[in-house]
Amino acid sequence: MPTFVRTDKCDGCKSQDKTACVYICPHDLMKLDKDGSNTGWAMKAYNQEPEQCWECYACVKICPQQAIEVRHYADFVPMGASVQPLRGADSIMWTIRFRNGKMKRFKFPIRTTPEGSIDPYDGKPAADIAKIGEPGYFTLGGVQKAGDPSELIRK
Amino acid sequence: MAGEFGNPEVVEEEVDILIIGGGMGACGAAYEIGPWLDAAKAQGVDLKVKLVDKAAMDRSGAVAQGLSAINTYLGEQDPADYARMVSNDLMGITRDDLAYDLGRHVDDSVHLFEEWGLPIWKQPGDEGKPLVKGGKPVRSGKWQIMIHGESYKWIVAEAAKKALGTERIQEHVFIARLVNDKYDDNRIAGAVGFSVRENKVFVYTFKACLLVAGGCANIFRPRSVGEGTGRAWYPVWNAGSTYAMAVEAGAELTMMENRFVPVRFKDGYGPVGAWFLLFKAKATNAFGEVYLETNKALLDDFPPYGQAKVPASCLRAHLMMKEMREGRGPIYMDTVTALGKLAETMTPKEIKHLEAEAWEDFLDMCIGQAGVWAGENIEPEKKNSELIPTEPYLLGSHSGCCGIWTSGPEDLGAPTSEDHPDKDKIPSHLPQGWHWGYRGMTTVRGLFTAADGVGASGHKFSSGSHAEGRIAAKAMVKFCMDNKDHKPELDTPVERLVEQIYRPVRNYVDHQDYTTAIDVNPNYITPKMLQLRLQKIMDEYVAGVSTMYQTNAHMMDVAEQKLELLKEDALKMRAKDLHELLRAWENYHRTLTAEAHMKHIQFREETRYPGFYYRMDYNFIDEENWKCFVNSVYDKETKTWTCFKRAHVDLVDKSKLFK
Ligand SMILES: Cc1cc2nc3c(=O)[nH]c(=O)nc-3n(C[C@H](O)[C@H](O)[C@H](O)COP(=O)(O)OP(=O)(O)OC[C@H]3O[C@@H](n4cnc5c(N)ncnc54)[C@H](O)[C@@H]3O)c2cc1C
Ligand code: SF4
Ligand code: SF4
Repeated sequence: MPTFVRTDKCDGCKSQDKTACVYICPHDLMKLDKDGSNTGWAMKAYNQEPEQCWECYACVKICPQQAIEVRHYADFVPMGASVQPLRGADSIMWTIRFRNGKMKRFKFPIRTTPEGSIDPYDGKPAADIAKIGEPGYFTLGGVQKAGDPSELIRK
Repeated sequence: MAGEFGNPEVVEEEVDILIIGGGMGACGAAYEIGPWLDAAKAQGVDLKVKLVDKAAMDRSGAVAQGLSAINTYLGEQDPADYARMVSNDLMGITRDDLAYDLGRHVDDSVHLFEEWGLPIWKQPGDEGKPLVKGGKPVRSGKWQIMIHGESYKWIVAEAAKKALGTERIQEHVFIARLVNDKYDDNRIAGAVGFSVRENKVFVYTFKACLLVAGGCANIFRPRSVGEGTGRAWYPVWNAGSTYAMAVEAGAELTMMENRFVPVRFKDGYGPVGAWFLLFKAKATNAFGEVYLETNKALLDDFPPYGQAKVPASCLRAHLMMKEMREGRGPIYMDTVTALGKLAETMTPKEIKHLEAEAWEDFLDMCIGQAGVWAGENIEPEKKNSELIPTEPYLLGSHSGCCGIWTSGPEDLGAPTSEDHPDKDKIPSHLPQGWHWGYRGMTTVRGLFTAADGVGASGHKFSSGSHAEGRIAAKAMVKFCMDNKDHKPELDTPVERLVEQIYRPVRNYVDHQDYTTAIDVNPNYITPKMLQLRLQKIMDEYVAGVSTMYQTNAHMMDVAEQKLELLKEDALKMRAKDLHELLRAWENYHRTLTAEAHMKHIQFREETRYPGFYYRMDYNFIDEENWKCFVNSVYDKETKTWTCFKRAHVDLVDKSKLFK
């Protein structure tokens, strides 16, 4: 299901500090056609290698213009359906349109804290250098789950 | 000075620790390392750290889409039970020390995920009560817990980035090669990579490095042929960098013959776990027969593994393949019966909730499968869906155990020497026993790994990968403190390294004007064509889908010769832009990884994983001769492999697994 970019919606992320889809694609697929020499559409993005698309939707979810959609892989999916998300701060809405026109909508929570709010070491202890050679993390100061010692048959 | 395409800018940087990758393992390392760095600093050792990822950490790696479950959470269970389960699913040959150690550590990572904001499903009455305070999770299996995981990676990456600080992170840099120490072949000193955005080559020098660049997809011809070739089960962007770079640096690999052939929903490769475990669905042949029951007798062919209370994933696939080979396909997941049965005792509201759960399973981690269902008008309560075994993938953290031989914990009774008839065939520079000083270190000094990189364990999954990255991070700090006066020096001059990295660009620039059409040129091969050639070889000779996962010594002789020529031609790959340079290096890594896979299957004269591959010339499990690790090292000068055995030892009693 490779992604495609709608000519009527993509603005090339002109007002953003980075081109969102180009930044996020884990497989380096989304490309901004700066002068239009590749697509005929200057300052719009496109998928430069559709047959490598994992359809992970990272670019779809991040596009500030909702300009990216997905057309199911032409070599095995019948045409006409779509699966489109709208990702908010704490939940994601999915709209699934079947080939036969039937629609389904789902909303799922995605996180319980505000984005950017993680304070990773807040309330956590410092690491104890005396324990650096032993098992266990700094968070707990030792192994979490010691286990039943009789299970270790060679000790 | 910004570089040009044919003439990149060279950026040299000296750090103490380099983390290669930005996935679950790397994020775990990024989190754990901070306080240990502070503690080291208090001792007067100030260590510099850098993390490089070929993509953007928020969505890089296998968890890019999110996940619908955390597959390793022990809760009340004993780490010994966990180590037993891992061993059982991987046909008896895993390192109990590694699995046990992971089991006793992993839950803390899950607790952190929840603290950071990952929504974890709870039992009725325990909603809002964190796991760490005794909140009971919804389990979809003995070890798995359900999550609303669309933003799983986003959350874990946010914590990692905050912990490490963005100034210590470099995204969109692909590491192509590790560099050994000038004065010690068996020590690591640096790494070279390039930006996929600018004409820049990065040369890092360091004391220690964590290589966590994931597993490997796309070395076998995929079942799809066109646009759908991107829809591998395993993320197409993990290209075996971990294994290929480690082996070129001299690290010992283990169990590279192991592969994972997941049985998944056909074409979309959507997850089946929740269907089996949560919805209690059954898989059938075309006639509605439940092959796991009708073919049960086949399990007796593989003692003692066939007698396990839960047969290994490969054995379940084996029972399915009999149906396919004998023409009783297609194979179906009977979603209609399962949902119908559940609905009998449910209110309409509960049924609606159940339906949402079924769709969420796809939407959280395999959206493409939702697309297949929508395109084919499949509603699971009305129509069953086909299942298929995928093309093979190599990985060490999911249901596979290939990877690098790494140093384990010292306190679990692991062997400290080698004691078996073939022990003299182990190259003498390699360590004896299962631990050699630093947890998570490979056999190359200073080179550490975790997650998909660690072989002979498996079933760590997302949480375990994070946990293992943390374990390695701490050990790296110790290593650097112990080696604080060591000054790493690269064994190759920087200009040579740059030349190697940009060779595909040179190939293109020097020869592009020879022909009118740039893709067909006798002087170079496109990365795409090289990949197709690799996939064809692996598929047809090394037990891919076209032979129904079957091979033999003769087929592998052919593969061996073809791979050698392919390896030579890999130096002739072209790159017409930075995107293709990325593809060229990914395929270079794939080629070496594929060769390791083939060499190990060739060496192991038995069929250890029926259902994942069959050596038709040794189509049985040979406990007497092959209940051992198959390990290997590679000589990058002569480009040859040495495979050898290491003894397998149980640290926990496995007899409890069997009926
Ligand atoms: C389809 C699928 C479903 C899964 N489902 C579940 C599940 O339900 N529950 C669960 O708990 N686990 C699940 N897992 C397992 C989990 O995702 C992995 O165990 C985990 O992500 C492995 O961590 P890692 O760090 O080894 O690799 P990854 O997380 O894949 O990270 C690899 C990283 O390396 C980077 N990289 C690669 N090559 C290079 C290079 N040359 N230079 C620089 N950077 C590079 C990548 O960009 C990425 O950041 C699933 C995995 C897959 C593939
Ligand atoms: S993120 Fe959206 S708007 Fe921005 S360049 Fe990509 S497609 Fe265009
Ligand atoms: S769906 Fe994923 S793989 Fe495909 S272009 Fe978007 S980000 Fe890249």
